[in-house]
Amino acid sequence: MIGSILGGFLSGAIHSGTPLLYATLGEVIGERAGIVNLGLEGVMLMGAVAGFTTTVLTGSATLGVLAGGLAGGLFNLLFGFFVITRRANQLASGLALMFCGVGLSAILGAPYIGSRMEGLKEVRIPFLSDLPVIGRVLFQHDLLVYLAVPAAIAIGWLLFNTRWGLGLRAVGENPTAAFAAGKNPYRIQYQAIFIAGVLGGIAGVHLSLSLAKTWAEWMTAGRGFVAVALVIFSKWHPVRAISGALLFGGAIALQLQMQALGVPVSPFLLDMLPYLLSLGVLVVWGGAGRRAAPGSLGRVFQGTE
Amino acid sequence: MIERTSGVFRLRNRRLPGMVRWFGLVGLAFLIFAIVLIIIGKNPIRAYINIFSSTLGSAYGLSEIVVKMIPLILTAIAVALPSRIWLINVGGEGQLHIGALFATGGALHFSYLPAWILMPLIFVLGFLGGGLWAMISGILRARGWASETISTLLMNYVAILLVNFFVFGPWKDPESANYPQTAEFVGAAILPALGGTRVHFGLVFAIVSLIIYYLLLSYTRWGLEMRAIGNNSEAAQRNGIPIARYIILLMFIGGGIAGLAGMSEVSAIQGRLRPGISPGYGFTGFLISWMSGGNPLGMVASAFLLAIIISGGDILQMAHGLPGSAVHILMSLILFVVLGRSGGRRSAK
Repeated sequence: MIGSILGGFLSGAIHSGTPLLYATLGEVIGERAGIVNLGLEGVMLMGAVAGFTTTVLTGSATLGVLAGGLAGGLFNLLFGFFVITRRANQLASGLALMFCGVGLSAILGAPYIGSRMEGLKEVRIPFLSDLPVIGRVLFQHDLLVYLAVPAAIAIGWLLFNTRWGLGLRAVGENPTAAFAAGKNPYRIQYQAIFIAGVLGGIAGVHLSLSLAKTWAEWMTAGRGFVAVALVIFSKWHPVRAISGALLFGGAIALQLQMQALGVPVSPFLLDMLPYLLSLGVLVVWGGAGRRAAPGSLGRVFQGTE
Repeated sequence: MIERTSGVFRLRNRRLPGMVRWFGLVGLAFLIFAIVLIIIGKNPIRAYINIFSSTLGSAYGLSEIVVKMIPLILTAIAVALPSRIWLINVGGEGQLHIGALFATGGALHFSYLPAWILMPLIFVLGFLGGGLWAMISGILRARGWASETISTLLMNYVAILLVNFFVFGPWKDPESANYPQTAEFVGAAILPALGGTRVHFGLVFAIVSLIIYYLLLSYTRWGLEMRAIGNNSEAAQRNGIPIARYIILLMFIGGGIAGLAGMSEVSAIQGRLRPGISPGYGFTGFLISWMSGGNPLGMVASAFLLAIIISGGDILQMAHGLPGSAVHILMSLILFVVLGRSGGRRSAK
C-alpha cells in the first residue's frame, strides 16, 4: 500500500516535472543570452495546441511533437523581433507574447476541444519496468520523459563546453565585449530565442499529448511563470534545473495524490502549492543566487555603432 | 522650491502627433487583427461594425463601457504609479481579487453596522487588501530578494485560488446550493449606482485617484523624488532619497488602488463575491498603463478603447463563434505595436 502510494507519487513527480524541465531549459538558454522571456507561457500554449491538433489530424504523436517544437520556436521568434531587433522592453514584450499565445492558441484549438487521440505512448523498458516500485517510477514513461534528463545534460555541455555556448554566454554577460570579440550578438540571441522556443513548445506538447491528453484553453495555468522561477532556483544551470523540475513536479504530484486519497484539504489550497513553492524559491535563492545571473540579463543591447 | 522644467506627462504636446500617433498605432493593431480574422475565415468588417455599434451605438452600450472603464482605470493606475520608479507590477489581477476578498469579509462580518460606518470600512478594507498583497512583492523587491515582476505574476494565481477557496468553502452561501458564491451583501454595503444605469460610485474613486495621481507626480516633493529615482536611482540614493521606502510604499498604494477596483466590483456590480469577478481587468490595466505611458488622459482614452475591446470579446464569442480569449490577440497586438515603436528609446532602462 505504502509502496504503491509512494510509487505513484514519484512516478507522478517525474511525469509532471518533465514539461517544467523542458520549459526551464529553454528559459535557461534564453537568459544565458541575456533575454528574460515571460512569454514562455504563450510559447508553451502554442506548442501544446500545435502538437495536439497535428496529432489529431495525422494520428502521429511523433509529428505532433515536431510540430509543437517548431511552432514554439517560430512563435518565440516574434518575441525575438521585438526584444532584439526593435530593442523593446523584455518584460512587457514577454507579457504581450503571453497574451498573444493565449488568444492564438484558443482560436486554433477551438475546433479540436473534446477531440480524442492516443497521445504519446508509454514505452516500457523491457525487464527494468517489471522491477517493483522502481520499475513504475523510472521505466514506464513516454519518450519525452526519457529524453528530458539527457537533454539537460546535452544543453549543459553545449553551453559550457562548446564555442557556440561560450559565444552565447558572452553575449549574455556583455554583448558589447562579445561584439568586440567578433561575435554577432543579434544572430546569437536569435538562435538562442529559437532554441528556447522549441524547448518551450516541446514542454507544451508534453502537457497536451501526455499529461492531459486533451486540449483546453490556457491549460498551462502558470507553468510558464513557474519555469521562470525555476531558472533562478537552478542558478542558470541546465543540469541543476533537473532537481528543480523534480521538486515542482513533486508539488504537483503531491497535490494530485492528496486529492485522489481524499485528504480533507480544499483543492484550491492544494493548487496554490506550486506557486507558493515558486515564491519561496525566489526568496531563498533569488537574493543569494543573483551573482550567478548573466551580467546583461534583461538589458537591451543598444548596438555599437 | 521645485522648478518644473519639463512636464512629467506633456499634457499639452505642442508637436501634437502624440494623439495622432496613438490612433495610428491602435489602427495598425486593429488592421493586423483584421488580417488574423480573415485568415481564420471571419469577416473583420462585420465583426468590427458589430463591436462598435453594440458598444457605442446606444446609451446602454455606452454606460456599460463606462462600467468597465472603472476597474480598468484603477488597475492601470496600480501599474502606472510604481512604474514611475521602474517597478513592473503585473499583479493587478491578484490585488483586485484580494481587495474584493477583504471588502467582502467586511461586508459579511459587519453587516449590522449602519451604512455610514460600513461603507467607509469596506472601502478601507478593499484598499488594505490589495495594498498589503502588493506590498509583499514590494518588500521582496526592496530587500533584493525577488523581482517584483515575477512575484506579482505568481501571486495572481494564489489570490484567485484564495478567492475560490473562500467562495467554495467557508463563505459559501448555504442558501445558494448550486452556485459557489457568498451571501448577498446587505443594502448598507452596496455602493450606490449613478443615474438609472449600472455605472456606480466607483467612477468617483477612479476619477479622484487619477487626479491625485496627476497632482502627486507633478506638484509634490514625492513626485520629484520619484522622478529622480526613475531617472537615475544611484544618484537619487546618494542624495538621500529612501529608495527602499518608495518601492514598498508605491507598491502598497498601487495595490490598494487595484484593491478598490475589486471592492467596487463586488460591492456595486455583483453585490456578493463569486468566482470570475474580473475578466482579466488587472492584466488589461497593465496594457493600458503601458500604451498610455502613464499619462492620465491617455489612460482614460486607453481604458475607453480597451473597455470596447473587452465587450468585443463577448460579441466575437456570441455572434461570430470565436473563443472569448480571441481578443487577447488584439490586446497583445496593441501592446506589441506600442513596444515596437518605442524601440530602444524609452525601454532602455
